[in-house]
Amino acid sequence: MTGFGYDPVIQGERIALVDLLDRVLAGGVVIVGDVTLSIAEVDLVTVSLRALVTSVSALMDNMDDSQEYS
Amino acid sequence: MTAESGWVWMYGVADDDLGAFADSVAGVGGSPPRMVTAARLTAIVGDVGDREYGAAALRRNLEDLDWLARTARAHHAVLEAVADRGPVVPMRLATLFASDAGVTGTLQERADDFHGALSLVSARSEWGVKAHAVKPAESAPAPPVAGREGPATGPGAAYLHRRRAQLTASKDARQEALASARTVYAELGRFAVSSRLYPPQEPGLAGQSAPMVLNAAYLVADERAGEFAAAIADLTARHRFVQLTLTGPWPAYSFVGEGDGPGPR
Repeated sequence: MTGFGYDPVIQGERIALVDLLDRVLAGGVVIVGDVTLSIAEVDLVTVSLRALVTSVSALMDNMDDSQEYS
Repeated sequence: MTAESGWVWMYGVADDDLGAFADSVAGVGGSPPRMVTAARLTAIVGDVGDREYGAAALRRNLEDLDWLARTARAHHAVLEAVADRGPVVPMRLATLFASDAGVTGTLQERADDFHGALSLVSARSEWGVKAHAVKPAESAPAPPVAGREGPATGPGAAYLHRRRAQLTASKDARQEALASARTVYAELGRFAVSSRLYPPQEPGLAGQSAPMVLNAAYLVADERAGEFAAAIADLTARHRFVQLTLTGPWPAYSFVGEGDGPGPR
């Protein structure tokens, strides 16, 4: 069987940006109130981000180091 | 504490016995994280300036991928440092308050929600599982040579025949990958307290040209993390049309937000 390619140390230091953005933009507790500025237009932000991303895929490639099987 | 008018950035909420955590973490905007305590809860917050984090600037900055990447990583680094000490309920990126009073008020108002979410994530971690479709092997059985089996002959017909066979193989592989993704998602669910599906990431986003067929998050008891990883290894061996990737452990971003059970909204 293939070894399991997960290294917690590496994983903790360098995380694929896309995986992180999935979570910090669509996860987490959302607070809505008059004292907050919490993003309401996350869908919009995500959409424009994804459009932006095509032009910066090189950057993403460098940042991606998710652990994979082979 | 800030000369420039500013905002209080909220990272997340922990129990009130959190104690000191990693002073070495820089925090969003380079501002060291600090704690605000109320209702037997600790909010982890930081002070950020209006020029970069005010409503207008924030809207603009969120569209700037470098800024967003830096900020998301800083937000995450603080939450990871807290998670090393105990359960933490992450806030969505860019949750800002005008002052500590707003933070205290929110802790008090939603104390039950936060306590509920803390017990949900306690001794559990989030794991990400992605599946990419594997392209059919180049060594797939060669289609029969055209010209020997029907009225269509000549190089044109041979090409069309070959192309049709390739398309069929590719479509079959895609169907297989989708079926595998459904099986993987369901089987891993048996090891998790809860699960959540994210939309598949665009091909090319993470250096992957193959289409993503599964982008899932699982909340797994820490004592079952080994079993969970073993299950992925087993599924990998059994499903050759998908390539599985595991990420984590993550703070439980995906299980404390809206529509995710007993957590705050």
